[in-house]
Amino acid sequence: MRFGFNFWLGAGLTTLVIVTGILAPWIAPFDPVLNADLMNSELPPDTTFWFGTDAQGRDVLSRTLYGAQISLTVGIVSQLVNSVIGVTLGMTAGYWAGWWDDLVSGLTNVMLAIPSLIFALAVLAVLGPGLPSLLIALGLTNWSWTCRIARSSTLSVKSQAYVQAAQTLGYGDIRIMFTQILPNILGPILVMATLGMGSAVLSEAALSFIGLGIQPPSPSWGSMLTDARQLIQLAPWIAIFPGLAIFLTVLGFNLLGDGLRDSLDPHMRTRKP
Amino acid sequence: MKQPLLDIRNLRVGVLLGRTQRPIVNDVSFKIMPGEAYGLVGESGSGKSVTSLAVMGLMQKPLSVLDGQILFQGQNLLELKTREMRRVRGKRIAMIFQEPMTALNPLSTIGRQIAEMYVLHQGKSWNEARRLAIDALASVHVPNPDQRTKNYPHQMSGGLRQRVMIAMALACNPDLLIADEPTTALDVTVQAEVLRLIKELCTERGTAVLFISHDLGVIASVCQRVGVMYAGSLVEENETGAIFTSPRHAYTRGLLGALPRLGSRSAHGRQRLVDIDSIIADRSTLTETRYITPRSSQ
Amino acid sequence: MFRFTIRRILQIIPTVIVVALIIFVIFSVVPGTFATSLLSDGKRAADPQLIARLNEELGLNKPLLERFATYVTNLAHFDLGTSFRSRQPVIDLINDRMWASLRLAIGAMFFALSVGLPLGFFAALKPGSVIDSATMIGAVSGLSVPEFWLGLLLMYFFALQLNWLPSFGYGDGSFQNLILPAVTLGVAPLALLARTTRAGVLDVLNSDFVRTAHAKGMSHFKVMRWHVARNALVLIITTVGLQFGSLIGQAVIIEKLFAWPGIGSLLVDSVAIRDIPVVQGTILVIVLWFLVINTAVDLIYAAIDPRIKQE
Repeated sequence: MRFGFNFWLGAGLTTLVIVTGILAPWIAPFDPVLNADLMNSELPPDTTFWFGTDAQGRDVLSRTLYGAQISLTVGIVSQLVNSVIGVTLGMTAGYWAGWWDDLVSGLTNVMLAIPSLIFALAVLAVLGPGLPSLLIALGLTNWSWTCRIARSSTLSVKSQAYVQAAQTLGYGDIRIMFTQILPNILGPILVMATLGMGSAVLSEAALSFIGLGIQPPSPSWGSMLTDARQLIQLAPWIAIFPGLAIFLTVLGFNLLGDGLRDSLDPHMRTRKP
Repeated sequence: MKQPLLDIRNLRVGVLLGRTQRPIVNDVSFKIMPGEAYGLVGESGSGKSVTSLAVMGLMQKPLSVLDGQILFQGQNLLELKTREMRRVRGKRIAMIFQEPMTALNPLSTIGRQIAEMYVLHQGKSWNEARRLAIDALASVHVPNPDQRTKNYPHQMSGGLRQRVMIAMALACNPDLLIADEPTTALDVTVQAEVLRLIKELCTERGTAVLFISHDLGVIASVCQRVGVMYAGSLVEENETGAIFTSPRHAYTRGLLGALPRLGSRSAHGRQRLVDIDSIIADRSTLTETRYITPRSSQ
Repeated sequence: MFRFTIRRILQIIPTVIVVALIIFVIFSVVPGTFATSLLSDGKRAADPQLIARLNEELGLNKPLLERFATYVTNLAHFDLGTSFRSRQPVIDLINDRMWASLRLAIGAMFFALSVGLPLGFFAALKPGSVIDSATMIGAVSGLSVPEFWLGLLLMYFFALQLNWLPSFGYGDGSFQNLILPAVTLGVAPLALLARTTRAGVLDVLNSDFVRTAHAKGMSHFKVMRWHVARNALVLIITTVGLQFGSLIGQAVIIEKLFAWPGIGSLLVDSVAIRDIPVVQGTILVIVLWFLVINTAVDLIYAAIDPRIKQE
């Protein structure tokens, strides 16, 4: 399997962001929360504070670096939850069919009728803002597409000879699903999961931006931008860096997902000479 | 001596792989007389379809014509400007392809697709063209032609669709019909009907046919002369009967030997299908024409 | 076609019912009364007497089934309840702001279509060219950029620095106020449309029937008009339909950013103060719109592609 430019660039960016998040405690020059000195507030970028400071005098660079931890955690964890739910429901629906399939398909259709951000807002309205609520909210919203793909892939794999062989050998359903079907539907699922992580990061940022996600003083990129909005005229630099960070992270995920999709999808059509 | 309708001289077509040109068609020459049915036979990859695309001017990058002339009624098609070539296509040379399902626009009625030919080349109005389309369908023996013109391609069987293709192709009475594996995707019985139709219509209208196939049997039933292509070159050319009874080239003999034949074991003894002891040479290694050498055991 | 239309329209009803049920379940069955969370705001416990009174007033004490029955009957009368905070009927609140949201959504979609379609189209006509690469890079960037950040930057440059456009608000409803929010909202659909159009057109251009069309002697232009356009359209329409969902979601954020008085900002504000009836009502209305738009898209799709109706 050859991986194209997209894949490598995306993998590079994503790795960079992940590493930044992991190493933040060591490479950030200042503490993201505690180093609040009002004497330093709203300073433009200079040699001490490479990205400038915000209204509380905190170093924007450090906050941005630490922000990677939060945004990535939310993005990756919530998408994993989504994928697990989607694959489980989709695979079982496709494999067992019958009333279970009808139920799952009906539910999927309904979930697809609710825009994911709206649903997340509903959950947050009930649970209140904060990291755990955010994880639950985002983890429950995006599974429908994965479920659909998993289901249709399962349907096509189900009729293959090796699955039927396993059935005649007396393998249990669960075993078949995990050993025969799952490995063969993994491709598109993986692509969706990668793209979904990017989307989750965007959602977290958006929700934090309107104040319903990660609460201050935690350095989430989204909530940093809320502050930036108040100060946009006085200190525009505060708005640039967190947003740029989000952009690069999501770009990384998107390119990675695209690259994966290109390698897995035999889209090349050669015409007979 | 009548002038040949189609005269291909020393045609060379190559494909651009990376930065090098690899030959696909290597110095191929043959003529087709007006009204004659000529068959081009060979395995996939032998270059026969590419030759036909070259005649029609439908080749796209990375394929390109490297050398040679394609004279149609005396005019070198390769020298024509795009707009002039367009006027030749459909009107004087028509082509039908292998997969009738995908060869027709799924979103357009077949009546409209046939009518396009008349609007395009004969300047007819759409109303007139639709009426002519019904006649065209009748000429290819499609039952209920006026009903059928309102059908979409997915509502017809493969055989019917191929008839539609033929109707479209012959709509403007071209001088030459190029048929590229028209029956390969069809069932055997339908195959026979379509072949019969092609033969009938072309003889009736005096249309010459360049019939391309890998199936010698199919070619034999339609064509008067046959050209055998192998690895981009024309290795043998003869009248149909002669090809079968006295093949000259080793490859042709191989092809014939590979044909399963109806016979009785008691009368002829056990017969084996003979493999052709060669594979189409990998394009990247082909630098010059290669011929198979006759095997020691004939 | 007619029967298909009726069938599709009727399919909306069960979906709406189930969505209403889910919404009700989310907001009513979850443990912890709203009165408590409304009054205590997470920091200190509220006075139990106040809580009891609030519960009584808001009817949160009645049994679940009774509440659900009331909910459904109210819905049937287009009564979406009363706001906890302002005591106004939810439906009035929504009505006041519906038009603003529609304008924004239409403006954004219009922007996305008018730029994204041509870009994708030309990129497909010249694959591998500069315009192609630029469009594709632009597209993936457009999909990766947080829209509200983009909005913020645009606001900074065009409104605050250059003073060409108002920086927020609906103003007097003039077009000027619509530009920044609509462009911001439209970037993501634009990016996706450019990509999908390119893929769709490329796909069609490489298909067999286009080759047949060329073989028939059609000029490039005629092939485009007579054969490519409609076939590529099919793919594009599907994308537009899908895009509306995320558009509506993102609109919520953009409305808040630009202080645009639509139902999106209403939703955000209500979630912040836990004004449940408004949240419930708004979500229901949004979902309904989404379903209506999807159905419309499906119908257009079926009108163009004759193969769909067969199913």
